[in-house]
Amino acid sequence: MIIEWSVKALVIILTLTAGFAYTTLYERKLLARMQVRIGPNRAGPAGLLQPIADAVKLIFKEELIPAKADRFIFILAPIITVIPALIITAVVPWGRSITLFGREIPLYLADVNVGVLYIMAITSISVYGITLAGWSSNNKYATLGGVRATAQMISYELALGFAMIAPVMMASSMRMIDIVEGQKTMWYAVLQPVAFVIYFAASLAEINRAPFDMPEAEQELVAGYHTEYSSMKFATFFMAEYIKMIAIAMIGSSLFLGGYLGPFVDQVPILGPIYLAIKVVAWLFVTIWIRATLPRIRYDRLMQLGWKVLFPVALLNVLVTAIVVVLIG
Amino acid sequence: MTTALYIILAVVIVGSALGTIMSRNAVYAALYLALNFMSVALLYLFLGAPFIALVQVTVYAGSIMVLFIFVIMLLGAERLAASENLRGQRFLAIALGVVLLAILGTVFISRAELTGIVTPPTAVDFGSPRQIGTALYTQYWLPVMITSMLLLVATVGAILLTRGEGTSIRDNLKRVDEKEQADQEE
Repeated sequence: MIIEWSVKALVIILTLTAGFAYTTLYERKLLARMQVRIGPNRAGPAGLLQPIADAVKLIFKEELIPAKADRFIFILAPIITVIPALIITAVVPWGRSITLFGREIPLYLADVNVGVLYIMAITSISVYGITLAGWSSNNKYATLGGVRATAQMISYELALGFAMIAPVMMASSMRMIDIVEGQKTMWYAVLQPVAFVIYFAASLAEINRAPFDMPEAEQELVAGYHTEYSSMKFATFFMAEYIKMIAIAMIGSSLFLGGYLGPFVDQVPILGPIYLAIKVVAWLFVTIWIRATLPRIRYDRLMQLGWKVLFPVALLNVLVTAIVVVLIG
Repeated sequence: MTTALYIILAVVIVGSALGTIMSRNAVYAALYLALNFMSVALLYLFLGAPFIALVQVTVYAGSIMVLFIFVIMLLGAERLAASENLRGQRFLAIALGVVLLAILGTVFISRAELTGIVTPPTAVDFGSPRQIGTALYTQYWLPVMITSMLLLVATVGAILLTRGEGTSIRDNLKRVDEKEQADQEE
């Protein structure tokens, strides 16, 4: 039993890290195409080895620690940033169960009855690393970037949480599997369009992606909280950012787009992970498309959007959903 | 196995609590506090209450970050002064702490004699979200209502406090907006 869990955990972590490497390539290629360029095409066939070349380059870069930085926290911060990103998808089911070597293996790591709350808890601690990185660098741009990131993530967490409550109420369960199975007849994105849009916007802000990438606004803050980081420590921040993108896409697909459900998944359960992967890739496509399209919005407008638009609308949506759920039964 | 894990956890909890009050650096103190909340959450998990554990992480550990930001932005100097302003407060604190511990200890020991050793409940759905929700909104509806009213009042108070003379910021922003629009029209 313990071996089975360990293998699954390893598979999840390896998939996410490999996914991270190829999401960077995916993003660069897509952005290039949208800007009528070709994108990376030198390393390997069609640039497929580009992530490996990047990793090798970053490993051989010099590690710098600023003289007056808080050394302990400076080294700890990238680790604290990447761990929540790696463990948040533990509750996301990849499928029902398959039979392998005469054993029935459920395609999920943790089937807890508070799955959605687990995601909320991990989201709320994922801000630590970024703030600590900004503060410990002893650099005004990094500190400002870290403070901005914290303010932004704490603000959008509320809207994100309320958007996630809508599917919970529809499925009347916090278990991710119940929520996915509740979408057999219709995706919650169709039944809960408001919650879906709020989740999408708030999740972009939560992972500091364009157009909400204020913590890293180059014109104002050099590179934001990771200004002073170099070599693999910088790569770790980069990794956390892209893994968070994948995680948000996985969670969003499970909550609103039917997760592993799709045609013939009842007969062939191995299709489950494939459907989930397709949905995640589509979600990432839209995220990158938005980055290529929209300019960064100003900081005060970002806060206004979060507190004065997304949060009240999400609250209202929860209220209406609750009434409808009680009335219909 | 469980006992060993429990002992490790207990050491971490007590150690981080001590670190919170003994650390001279406010940022480290805040971090110790966060560590303390998380290890207490793990303790709840041990006792078979995942809902409480995760709420503990979301609400407490998440909100420590706000405290942290306050330290950075408002206090500026993270290091606390080494000297004490109140004379003899350390002695008084130790004495009062010992008294509190003695009272707590006697209560626990006398209670344990009455009810036997306290064991975690074994019901399968103990502490499930459904059960907690039902308990909160039927048995404990009055405390829930009172707490929510208090929180509402606190929110209104916070908004009132920040309004004060802060209108100049809004005027500034409006001016920036108008300037941007004028620029675009040009």
